[in-house]
Amino acid sequence: MAVQEVASTPETSKVALFNDPKIRSWIFQIVLITVIGWVLYSMAINAATNLERQGIAGGFGFLSNEAGFGVNFSPFIAYTEISSYGTVFWVGLQNTLVIAFLGIILTTILGFTLGVARLSSNWVISRMAYVYVEILRNVPLLLQIFIWYKGVLALLPTAKNSLDLGIFGVVNVKAYFGPKPIFAEGAGTVAIVFLVAVIISILVARWSKKRQMATGQRFPVLWTTLGLIFLLPLIAYFIVGQPLSFEYAVEGRFGPRGGMPVLPEFTALLLALVTYTAAFIAEIVRAGILAVDRGQTEASYALGLRPGQTLRLNIIPQAMRVIIPPLTSQYLNLTKNSSLAVAIAFPDLTSIFAGTALNQTGQAVEILLMTMLTYLALSIITSMFMNWYNAKMALVER
Amino acid sequence: MSDTPSNGVVNVSYVRQQMDPAMPPPTSESGVIGWMRKNLFSSIPNTLLTLFAFYLIYLIVPGFLNWSLFDAVWTGTDRLACATTFQGGKLAEDWSGACWPYVGAYLKQFIYGRYPVEELWRANLVFVVFAVGLIPLLMPTVGYKRINLILMIGVFPVAAFVLLLGGNLSYSGFLLPNALVAPSLFKFWLDFAILTLVFCGIAYGMSRATASDPAPAIKQTLIAMAILAVVLLVAAVDFGLAEVETDRWGGLLLTMVIAITGIVASLPLGVLLALGRQSDMPIVRLFSVIFIEGWRGVPLITVLFMSSVLLPLFLPDGVTFDKLLRALIGVALFSAAYMAEVVRGGLQAIPKGQYEGAMALGLSYWQSMRMIILPQALKIVIPGIVNTFIGLFKDTTLVSIIGLLDVLGTINASHADSKWATPVQALTSYLFGAALFFVFCFMMSRYSIFMERRLDTGHKS
Repeated sequence: MAVQEVASTPETSKVALFNDPKIRSWIFQIVLITVIGWVLYSMAINAATNLERQGIAGGFGFLSNEAGFGVNFSPFIAYTEISSYGTVFWVGLQNTLVIAFLGIILTTILGFTLGVARLSSNWVISRMAYVYVEILRNVPLLLQIFIWYKGVLALLPTAKNSLDLGIFGVVNVKAYFGPKPIFAEGAGTVAIVFLVAVIISILVARWSKKRQMATGQRFPVLWTTLGLIFLLPLIAYFIVGQPLSFEYAVEGRFGPRGGMPVLPEFTALLLALVTYTAAFIAEIVRAGILAVDRGQTEASYALGLRPGQTLRLNIIPQAMRVIIPPLTSQYLNLTKNSSLAVAIAFPDLTSIFAGTALNQTGQAVEILLMTMLTYLALSIITSMFMNWYNAKMALVER
Repeated sequence: MSDTPSNGVVNVSYVRQQMDPAMPPPTSESGVIGWMRKNLFSSIPNTLLTLFAFYLIYLIVPGFLNWSLFDAVWTGTDRLACATTFQGGKLAEDWSGACWPYVGAYLKQFIYGRYPVEELWRANLVFVVFAVGLIPLLMPTVGYKRINLILMIGVFPVAAFVLLLGGNLSYSGFLLPNALVAPSLFKFWLDFAILTLVFCGIAYGMSRATASDPAPAIKQTLIAMAILAVVLLVAAVDFGLAEVETDRWGGLLLTMVIAITGIVASLPLGVLLALGRQSDMPIVRLFSVIFIEGWRGVPLITVLFMSSVLLPLFLPDGVTFDKLLRALIGVALFSAAYMAEVVRGGLQAIPKGQYEGAMALGLSYWQSMRMIILPQALKIVIPGIVNTFIGLFKDTTLVSIIGLLDVLGTINASHADSKWATPVQALTSYLFGAALFFVFCFMMSRYSIFMERRLDTGHKS
């Protein structure tokens, strides 16, 4: 009998096959696979019959069909109403990425500022940061988007009485008309000079670090790099004859025209995402800085470092290790939360692809699968990058 | 020794025998001035920061208070109360302020949605019972936690379900083909009995396979099925309550229903997923990881789209789900993934010795989890669970996008009412909604911090 083979001593010879942990776990797993497989199979069968009954053909062929609706925001991809649903997907993804990219940069700046302010020895500053964090964290993001969109931005002056912001353009309830950069011939040279300056700065930083490690002598890296990055392109800019000019919005019959219009949907979404996520980042930064032992600060002071140097050379590098993992999930949250654009009809991936395109084609399975997999891929890529960065920053122990 | 006087005091007049009382600190170091010197004006940059902060406060606070309180309209019966002369009202041309009578007129809708007025006592009763049951559960010093928890997780949802919906459900069977027995209440209970027999058979078979006594397993199965039968019976009894369909539920009531159902349903699922992720079985672990990371990697709104659009497709023909139920399924699965990660944190915080100790006592896997590991793990993740609940509570506003009328949905719907249409209507209503959510979420986050402090024993292992 099989039982006899499993059992090793006469006392346990009555142990059933089912009581062997290994065999039992495999039986359990096979049952699990069967159940999940059966559920998925029946779901697929049901979906197939239901789709057939509704007369919807499956497959991704619809992606090459003409979409036929307009999209009012597409900075990089050319889009017209005769573009295909495939283009709609790319336009949506582009807009999601634009919002996420700008949002992550701005929210990091605001969040770190708030986190440091929260720990400031200045009572008013730290209280203000606290009140900001508590209010912003405890109100739903969607509500905040609506507050910005229908509440605050709707109070702006009408198109007839647009508010002139001088060199920053014009703003009214319809849109913000920023200055539109016009690049003349030679702008490419300036960009190349800028890139060269950045590369030189990196090399200088490396060289100075190496020299400091070897000889202990310090080199004013910050001022050198600032000088390189700002002065070199500036000199090049004047040498090639100032190739950059700005086009401003001009007064038209129905309000300002021209310039670089930024829709209120974009502004509201970006503002809400940035201010909301910054509240969470502030708490993360605060916790990260508090996690650094107080002895570290005292030791730095004992070595004669100034408060600023202590923060920059000692506290922040150590705090970053605590900060980075939760910061990653906040970046991911921001990216995922940008899907709330659908509520105010900003044309992001969820809004125009999983919203408008889905309603027009009825290809629910394919479209939602594509949308969800895209977000999943974005999440995985971001967390992979941040894991790499985290590993780079992590404490190297002997 | 001989020169010491008999009273033990050396009589040297220049040695002080009493300490002087301590001097008060200088005025520049104490009191309001000292505090301000230390905390506001300790250095030039600090002073500049303080002045900057005061400027910001000056910019924001008076404007906000004026808009929401001092310049606001408090009485009125329609939009004319909050309209400027240009808009047909009596207020000055440059007036802008909150229009509170509009919120007052809509308050009932914001709280109950379109729940019938004569049945509002049912919703109120649910709110009251919930509060009465929840408060002792949240206070760590009050006893009877186990029975309280059973009442809140087991009895309250059923009671609330019957009260809100009206009970009196009709069943028509689910197992036997309709040709054999006509669909009826009798057929339902016949099917239920057959199902119970099948489960008992499985329990018996498993006990035989493990060569253990089948009696306890069968007993447990019977008890579980009996509890289920009681729940079904209660839901089917006609209490004389009028049926209130779920599309009439709304406002805060709906928000609470979604958030609480989500958290109650996600807790057991999350525990199972967390255990699955820690499991030794590769396939179980793989499924758990895919499930957890899959849900966590996508935005909730796509999940809600999925549950409202795809779920009907995946179901067999003829089976239809309520719109609310579909959203609830989406929310529960979504929050289960987050809950699983919270619980996993607790499981990982339990020292390995506890697992080994449980094994050494000869407990089976489920016994050791139920009696040793989970009680400890769940206790230390209470703050995490509360935080997940806060997130879920805020995220319920997303159901307004798929057309359910929660607080935000009702607020947005009320903007269509021309009776109150003014430029300040939107901001007033959102301010109200924000205040409502803030009060709830702030209280919960304070509670979470309180529990964190209480549970922090000072020696984190």
